[in-house]
Amino acid sequence: MGGYARFVWPSFAVALIIFAWNLWSAGNLHAAAKVRVARAVAMALKERT
Amino acid sequence: MWTWFYRLASPPYVYGVAATLTPWLLAGAVVALGYGEGVGLFFAPADYQQGDAFRIIYVHVPAGWISMFCYSTMAIAGAIALIWRIKIGHAVAAAAAPIGASFTLLALVTGSLWGRPMWGTYWVWDPRLTSELILLFLYIGVMSLRSAFEDPARGDRAAALLGLVGGVNIPIIHYSVVWWNSLHQGATVAKFGKPTMALSMLVPLLACFLGFMLFFGAVLCMRLRGEVLNRERQAKWVREAIKT
Repeated sequence: MGGYARFVWPSFAVALIIFAWNLWSAGNLHAAAKVRVARAVAMALKERT
Repeated sequence: MWTWFYRLASPPYVYGVAATLTPWLLAGAVVALGYGEGVGLFFAPADYQQGDAFRIIYVHVPAGWISMFCYSTMAIAGAIALIWRIKIGHAVAAAAAPIGASFTLLALVTGSLWGRPMWGTYWVWDPRLTSELILLFLYIGVMSLRSAFEDPARGDRAAALLGLVGGVNIPIIHYSVVWWNSLHQGATVAKFGKPTMALSMLVPLLACFLGFMLFFGAVLCMRLRGEVLNRERQAKWVREAIKT
């Protein structure tokens, strides 16, 4: 596995980080948008009462 | 056919379709990447010249392909939004940009890690490398431009225009190894007529291509749902969708 250590594993490690970031960031965007909408709904209800 | 096209312009329809597709695309990506990366790393034979370092191909080439495919998706979505005034096009373009930027970065970093043992250097101002770096700057420019305007609609239009103009870089990246003298190797995978790769190396690479594409599709759907919610948060259907 000598040929792997210096260049192959770091490449796959960077790929893993990019994949994980994409999943985290996409999930985060959706969750934050949901929270924003829920807050807007709560505000609208408050104003109505 | 046009009914289908117009249904795609409806935010609630797109939101629902994206939710349905995401788990399937993710599952497909896990299977294809598990097979492709596993076989590529542990079972494909080492290259007779490059040794084990050639295995970087299983990350680098699909990442480079996605970086260009994602840009084309972004530019086409922006063009659809500009020409037909279909707002969902801007949402698709906004969702695609960060994914494309991250995969362009991945292609550049892994290319650099591959360049060191093969060329003796991490970086050269080679046409392929330089045009790919310009692609990263274009992604950053598009994202910055979109958020630079107070009026989101103006930001969307400006970003779509820059995306369209920057599209000229895609054929430059692809043909850079043909048009100029380049250290970067020429096309290997696209030459099905004259295969330049052994089948035992090619099959896992094609599985990696499929896996990267499915992953891109899944993340695009996830980001698109967030974008649609952000853009339509005053709409009645969004409030009802949040309750369920």
